[in-house]
Amino acid sequence: MRTKLATLALGTAIAATPALAELTFTSLSYRTGPYAANGIPFADGYADYFTLLNERDGGIGGEMVELIECETGYNTEKGVECYESTKGSGALVYQPLSTGITYQLIPKTTSDGIPMHSMGYGRTSAKNGAVFDYIFNYPANYWDGASVAVRYLLDENGGSLEGKKIALVYHNSAYGKEPIRTLEELSEKHGYELSLLPVDHPGQEQKSQWLQIRRDRPDHVLMWGWGVMNQVAIQEAVNIRYPMENFIGIWWSGSENDVLPAGDGADGYKALTFHNVGSDYPLFDDIQQYVLDAGLAAGAGDQVGTALYNRGLYAAMLAAEAAKTAQEMHGTSTLTPGQMRDGMENLEMTEAKMTDLGLPNFGPEFSVSCENHGGDGYAAVAQWDAAAGEWGLITDYMQSDQDVLNPLIMEDSMAYAEENGIEPSCS
Amino acid sequence: MPDQLLFAMEVMLNGLMAGVLYALVALGFVLIFKASGIFNYSQGVMALFAALTLVGIQNGQVPFSHLINAIFGTEVHHFGWHVPAIFAILLTAAIMVLFAWIVERYVLRHLVNQPDIILFMATIGLAYFMEGFGDLMWGSEIKKLDVGLPQGINVPIDETTYGWFGYGFFIDNLDISATILAVILVVALTVFSQYSKQGRALRAVADDHQAALSVGISLRFIWVLVWSIAGFVALVAGIVWGSKSGVQFSLSLIALKALPVLMLGGFTSIPGAIIGGLIIGVGEKLFEFTIGPLVGGATENWFAYVLALLFLVFRPQGLFGEKIIERV
Repeated sequence: MRTKLATLALGTAIAATPALAELTFTSLSYRTGPYAANGIPFADGYADYFTLLNERDGGIGGEMVELIECETGYNTEKGVECYESTKGSGALVYQPLSTGITYQLIPKTTSDGIPMHSMGYGRTSAKNGAVFDYIFNYPANYWDGASVAVRYLLDENGGSLEGKKIALVYHNSAYGKEPIRTLEELSEKHGYELSLLPVDHPGQEQKSQWLQIRRDRPDHVLMWGWGVMNQVAIQEAVNIRYPMENFIGIWWSGSENDVLPAGDGADGYKALTFHNVGSDYPLFDDIQQYVLDAGLAAGAGDQVGTALYNRGLYAAMLAAEAAKTAQEMHGTSTLTPGQMRDGMENLEMTEAKMTDLGLPNFGPEFSVSCENHGGDGYAAVAQWDAAAGEWGLITDYMQSDQDVLNPLIMEDSMAYAEENGIEPSCS
Repeated sequence: MPDQLLFAMEVMLNGLMAGVLYALVALGFVLIFKASGIFNYSQGVMALFAALTLVGIQNGQVPFSHLINAIFGTEVHHFGWHVPAIFAILLTAAIMVLFAWIVERYVLRHLVNQPDIILFMATIGLAYFMEGFGDLMWGSEIKKLDVGLPQGINVPIDETTYGWFGYGFFIDNLDISATILAVILVVALTVFSQYSKQGRALRAVADDHQAALSVGISLRFIWVLVWSIAGFVALVAGIVWGSKSGVQFSLSLIALKALPVLMLGGFTSIPGAIIGGLIIGVGEKLFEFTIGPLVGGATENWFAYVLALLFLVFRPQGLFGEKIIERV
């Protein structure tokens, strides 16, 4: 009996261990709960890209990709549980898709030597790779977003924001508060008046904030929202007849989900983005052929080309390109998390590379280094066309104000290093 | 008139309207608690489920289409028709009645004479089941809900107040509609409970289960009835809140807005839910307007609970709740 049990246990252990000749990626997704509508398209895009690589190219560098998806429900505790339960699987990189989960995982992934990519979210100062050696947040972070929004408004206002009033409607959480410091610094530089309007979670009732906007008549409103807060804010803006072209959301307030409930009233609403929109790219033909038509799509296939699907796909593409870089650097097709980290730290995305991948003009060019884990801070502005039911880019990619942001990033990251006894280094 | 006074009046009016929206959610809790002593944790999810079903029927969406397509390899999503709002509402109400019957038949019937905490736990399970079932049935994407309720600024009020004060008040047409719906709902519920046979039976059960049973009132029928009515109230709440934000799974969180209303108004009083809603609505909005800027804003969520707790200190049963005295 004891022998049988031992055999069974051994068999189970072997079955639970992934095949060694595979590159394992993890997706901490949320397909259930209040934020599922946003989590599903991102997770679908992330999974479909890896499926495409397996089906079309036989994986990455000859190694098939295994994607492990774990449901977090956008809940920080569950996200940490997902990490703990999957980190032994040989996962090369984590993409937690939640600022709260990212904050919790920063010390854990660093200690375990597994890289984490918080693309366009998470802790902004993780851009300083000398302190956060396993954390990456390229191609842009929240402070880049705030700065690019201000730069866009400068362009819109003839190069001066002197005397203008800008209101920030934000989710009253660590995420929502991220841009405040940057916007305050920029208000000193450009002379605009900043007013802050926090909205408590989940944000279903925002009458007070929008009555204040109606009274104060700010020239521009910026929004750092997520989930239902976005839809309610856009509807309230429509209700008070706030000019939509003066209302700009961060990229997490810029999906189809955010504007569709407000119908035609949302026409003209703007949002920042660090990748392009739609599905008019050669790569999407391959997605259709190798993934959708083959019945291998992660979801129902109805999210392809939406803002969040594209973001998930872009995140997977950047992970795959980092893996390729790591394979070239280390001369091996199989990778360890440490080698993957090296690949991420030496990632260089050029327009020629994006074109080869079938995504011309899809994302900004950027390069990563030890000192810079966050890319070059480029973002563009997209605008919603309600009649066509689609987003369209209305600007080129613009760089954030590095003169203002770099000192802030240095200050915050060095404070973290001091608190945690980290000796910053780029050896 | 000073600007700040005008703004405060506008905020107060909007607070009253917001209070009505909170009261709409609280009403469902009150109905079930009053009739059965159960705190129905799933009331918020019932509003979500009702709204999902309404939009699904309106848009001719095939229920369980993702599941059907995954199993049979088909590509069915819509029937290709659009059901008028009124018929869709009636059909959804019928489904909520069916839901009430299922809850009584498969949950409550087996828990008769169990402690209240067991029934409460059952409603927690019910909430999670319904959330998952709703997801499976209708999908989790955000849906636009349009049953013809007007939205946006009420122009006559804006223009009239502008003529009077030189400042036009903002009142949302949707809030006005919600107020009218709430008034109709409360009047209908009052007339039903006071003048109909079933309504009197419902009140008898609420007063004393054993006595009601002894005169031949069917507890099971009353439970189906009260859960059906709560389902209908949830449908109304789902329509109003869903029109504001689109129908999405965070709609179930509107229950959080009802809790301070219940604490303040009492768990057993329909007028209490309305008055409690109005007090919470006005209180939180005025506090945010006056004190909010001094403390960094976003005071509404916590202030509603503080206000409710203050009332509880003086009236533990709430403003209109029944005072329970248990003698040893």
